[in-house]
Amino acid sequence: MNIHPDQLAAPLPGGQAQVPAPDETQVPSRWGLVARRFFSQRLAVAGLAVLIALFLVAFLGPYLTHWRHTDQDVSAFLTPPSGRHWFGTTQSGGDVYALTLRGLQKSLVIGLLVALISTAVAALVGSFAGYFGGWTDRMLMWLVELLLVLPSFLFLVILSPWFRGKTWLIFVVLLAAFAWMVMARIVRGMTISLREREYVVAARYMGVTGPRVVFRHVLPNISSLLIIDATLGVSAAIIGETGLSYLGFGIQAPDVSLGTLIADSTDSATTHPWLFGFPAGVLVAIVLSVNLVGDGLRDAVDPSSAATR
Amino acid sequence: MLKFLLRRLANYIVLVGLAASMAYLLAAASLDPRSNYEGRNPPPPPAVVDRELSAYNLNDRKPLALRYVTWLDGLRHGDLGRFSDGDSVNAEFGRRIGVSLRLLLIATVVGGLLGVAVGAYSAIRQYHFADQAITLASFLTISIPVFVLAVLLELVAVAFNQAVGASVFIYTGEYTPGLTGGFWTLAVDRLQHLVIPTVTLVLGEVAILSRYQRSAMLDVLGSDFVRTARAKGLRRRTALIKHALRTALIPAATYFAYSFALLFVGAVFVEKIFGWHGMGELFLDSVNGNEVNAVAAGALFASTLVLIAGLLSDLAYAALDPRIRVS
Repeated sequence: MNIHPDQLAAPLPGGQAQVPAPDETQVPSRWGLVARRFFSQRLAVAGLAVLIALFLVAFLGPYLTHWRHTDQDVSAFLTPPSGRHWFGTTQSGGDVYALTLRGLQKSLVIGLLVALISTAVAALVGSFAGYFGGWTDRMLMWLVELLLVLPSFLFLVILSPWFRGKTWLIFVVLLAAFAWMVMARIVRGMTISLREREYVVAARYMGVTGPRVVFRHVLPNISSLLIIDATLGVSAAIIGETGLSYLGFGIQAPDVSLGTLIADSTDSATTHPWLFGFPAGVLVAIVLSVNLVGDGLRDAVDPSSAATR
Repeated sequence: MLKFLLRRLANYIVLVGLAASMAYLLAAASLDPRSNYEGRNPPPPPAVVDRELSAYNLNDRKPLALRYVTWLDGLRHGDLGRFSDGDSVNAEFGRRIGVSLRLLLIATVVGGLLGVAVGAYSAIRQYHFADQAITLASFLTISIPVFVLAVLLELVAVAFNQAVGASVFIYTGEYTPGLTGGFWTLAVDRLQHLVIPTVTLVLGEVAILSRYQRSAMLDVLGSDFVRTARAKGLRRRTALIKHALRTALIPAATYFAYSFALLFVGAVFVEKIFGWHGMGELFLDSVNGNEVNAVAAGALFASTLVLIAGLLSDLAYAALDPRIRVS
């Protein structure tokens, strides 16, 4: 075993600790650099902080009160926020705090899952189309174009009677199935530009098979783009999910989503503002903070975009 | 140039047909018109239900492929099919199409122009107060879902009405039923109903477009030909509008097509929220009411509009970029 010289230079007892001279050959890692650039942006950091806070509140907050989202307090109908019910109560005595947190959990989990799945699909379709070209490319891009013709929202509405009453995971898969197309196009464009790079060509000439080249050499090199896409995909997925639930095509009663809560309170927004204000405020807070983080990531990964944005 | 547009047009027509077919097949597979009859009280005998459903090409006991062929055949003659109570989808379509088009057209034109103007102005004033305010406002607007934005605007309208002491903005329906009066009375009434729904749509459109336009404009502002235009003595305004903005519109034109699909979805919400009886409302009600043919008609309408937006985008592209015209 080799002992690094630094490890031998232990601080002398009673003397000043020796500060090792910075190793000038050490280059900061790419992700270290990205992290530093990210944390130097105030808005992005604020977004991240809000997002973490929302996650904590969503999963720990319910333990702070004994009300559950299914509970009905028959002694308090439509009461404004108070010590007993922090966010007030609904017409049937439901605790708005518990309901909002339940909806927040649903929206966060659905948003994350949908973003992960749709980014994975976009990466696969885009990189295979771009790398293999020819008929693979033509067929896949044609599928993309076809799915983009009709707003995907309408497809989901049409399919909603079919997944109504089934597990919400089907809803997640369907949301993801209609959310990958634009990104797949961008990934394809980037793959085409990577295809003729030396390291990709070298791998090909060494006899590495096509799919392996895609997974080992192409996708890792567009990973930063994929991470940004996944982040921004979270906010798009949350807007899609709450929108469908708002119209009654997504999450169904007795379960709640921020969308169903907002739908139920739209008509009483003027008379009972707490019913509308809390779920709507939380929803805007998630989407805004996710967007801020995504935007900050983009600037951190690609500093040249910051100047032109 | 003409060849380019014709090829795009042919491609678009095929895509519209396929998208509508897909919508029809999915709707026919997932909706259940039979339940409309079985829910009646007293329930009609099964033989009657079968006969009625078959007459309107809604019978789920008939193979899907055969129903599809019948639907396609009707479509060829411009017949969109029937509701499960026998009413013509065409008639309903005709009643509602104007409502949706008015909302969409105004929002697209106003939103498009404002979006370009705001984005370009923001780019020219980069890092100044106006730019930062616009960026922040558009960021916030993008993060507010349309169904929340609609309610917020409604609250603003209520507050305004109360402050003025008159109902200036009306936010239910598209006109006051039974209102009598001259042309101007009716026109003003329609305008009062129009403002809040349109603003809801326009705000979202402006927020998205202005960000794309800003970044496109910034890319152009630093380029040599704009500096040359200024150096040869053109006024600042001419250099910015004729040289910079014109070039910066090219990438923004592509985003216009994308943003239109979003605008359409927004309009579906707006119609539902503000009680406009347009195509979006028909579409949602038809899914709830198991009306397969009306759902397919709605999808056909939506995809046609999206592709018209795409074609307009191509046209703008060709008009702005001489390289496309000559090739």
